[in-house]
Amino acid sequence: MEILVCIKRVPDTSENEIEVNRDGTDIEREDLVYSVNEWDNYAVEEAIQIRDKVGGSVTVVTVGDEEGEEVVRREMAMGADHGILLSDEAFTGSDGKGTAAVLKAEVEKGNYDLILTGAQADDGSGQVGGMLAAMLDRPYASLVNLIEVVDEKTIKVGREIAGGNQEMNEIDLPCVLSIQTGINEPRYVGIRGIRKVASLDIPVHTAKDLGIGADAVGASAARTKRIDYFVPESGEGAEILEGSTDEIIDKLIELLKAKGGIK
Amino acid sequence: MAQQIFAYILHKDGTADDTALELITAAGALNPDASITAIVAGSGAELDTVCRNMAPRFDEVWKIDGEALAYVNAEVLRPALVRILPNESIILIPHEHFGMDLAPGLSVKLDAAYLPDVIGLEGIENGKLKAVREEFLGQVSTRVLCDVSNGVVITVRPGSFKADENRTKDTQIVDKSAEALAGGVPGNARRYLEVVAAEVGDVDIAKSDVLVSVGRGIEDQDNLEIVFDLAKAMGADVSCSRPIVDAKWLEKSRQVGTSGQTVKPKVYLALGISGAFQHLGGIKGAPFIVAVNKNPKAPIFQAADVGIVDDILDFIPELTDRINEIKG
Repeated sequence: MEILVCIKRVPDTSENEIEVNRDGTDIEREDLVYSVNEWDNYAVEEAIQIRDKVGGSVTVVTVGDEEGEEVVRREMAMGADHGILLSDEAFTGSDGKGTAAVLKAEVEKGNYDLILTGAQADDGSGQVGGMLAAMLDRPYASLVNLIEVVDEKTIKVGREIAGGNQEMNEIDLPCVLSIQTGINEPRYVGIRGIRKVASLDIPVHTAKDLGIGADAVGASAARTKRIDYFVPESGEGAEILEGSTDEIIDKLIELLKAKGGIK
Repeated sequence: MAQQIFAYILHKDGTADDTALELITAAGALNPDASITAIVAGSGAELDTVCRNMAPRFDEVWKIDGEALAYVNAEVLRPALVRILPNESIILIPHEHFGMDLAPGLSVKLDAAYLPDVIGLEGIENGKLKAVREEFLGQVSTRVLCDVSNGVVITVRPGSFKADENRTKDTQIVDKSAEALAGGVPGNARRYLEVVAAEVGDVDIAKSDVLVSVGRGIEDQDNLEIVFDLAKAMGADVSCSRPIVDAKWLEKSRQVGTSGQTVKPKVYLALGISGAFQHLGGIKGAPFIVAVNKNPKAPIFQAADVGIVDDILDFIPELTDRINEIKG
């Protein structure tokens, strides 16, 4: 099975506190640690496991600047066979549709049976997979937490729905799926793994290579634009207990007792 | 003519979802004078019940009735909606698992703009809509400007708008089934099979009065012991947030959130939990919430009654020891 996984390089929320910059035009990007979007890691792991079971290849692709190469390489160290970087000034400022349009052009250069994305990334939109599927006229399922290959033309997928329940579907290939965290346990990638793939070639495809007009993507084509960033008004918020740890614990135990929290 | 805004109604077992009346408020935030059309898809008597119950609330109800929609499959519904929605439509859809399945592709097929997971709407001016979203799991908010001159698909976060309970209208139910499903049922490239119910664990956290809930801040599976020790001292049960289940450190039946269990305890201790809306969405009944987190900006402190800024790995054992001392 030929599998393409679309990944994104994002600020790592487990390594950073995300803050708004001074004039509110962006988050504070200085000193941010970036990594591959958490959901995408599960998607790549799933792709590798499917390939190891039924054969084929795994390609990872990202839309971004030259730094995007770092996350592509990391996922190759996990076990992806090929990596592609889609990079062009013209892509800068794309909204979800712009990004999906760039990916669509790359998909059409290949012959992929299965295309995976993470269910969402840093901006919480969860949009690119569904848009890409619609642009390609292929079936789509979101929030996938189980994949079983039935035969060359069909897979069975579980979707995470409310209350911990799982919705089972059968889908014809080729299709697009967005992958939910928890579907597998992504393997660890050590420094040695990264070194092994350090010299592998990662081709860069530009707008021209992909046959994309500059006005079709990027900031000028984007219909949604961020105006500003802010930290929401705290509303009432929590009463923060202060003092020494002993004082805080005394106060907390008093409150817990009053509310029936200690039996 | 008043601007028409569409609202997609989720329903189950003949009852409309809570989001149905929230979408009325959201539509009002877009345009207080809008005419709001509910779209309800499904099949048979249950669908009719939902349509009847929605009719007094909306200016119009569009019914799409088809056997293929007995369990609504986004791949089947999407082309049906494309057939019946006028050009430049504004359509509101709840941002949950079904909306996430349906909406991004719908915006492509309608050639409309897409605004996902909106928590606030500030109206439309000169074809531009201003909306509020969150990024980075709620750590920051952002205002976005969206060109809606060719229509827009908006997914609205459940619970972010108050339900409009007051609207009463004398409304017709319009049967759009024939038009929507003309030419047979599309989308059979994805076939719904069944819903597999969540496994029941050894503890039913939905019934617990006191929950000690643990998140990513616990850092390591071995550290869970201190959480169980605290729960034991308090006479509480242990629940958790999603990352703990994703890491397979605790069973899925202990996960609190929209994709896990809905709990309604009296007291909820959130330990090392950042407080993403999916997690908070699983906590009902307004419990007394205590949050302990080393990040003072964690969104959980917005939802909590009492907060403690500390590393849970230091704080939990001390709290446990003190409770045990007191209890003797």
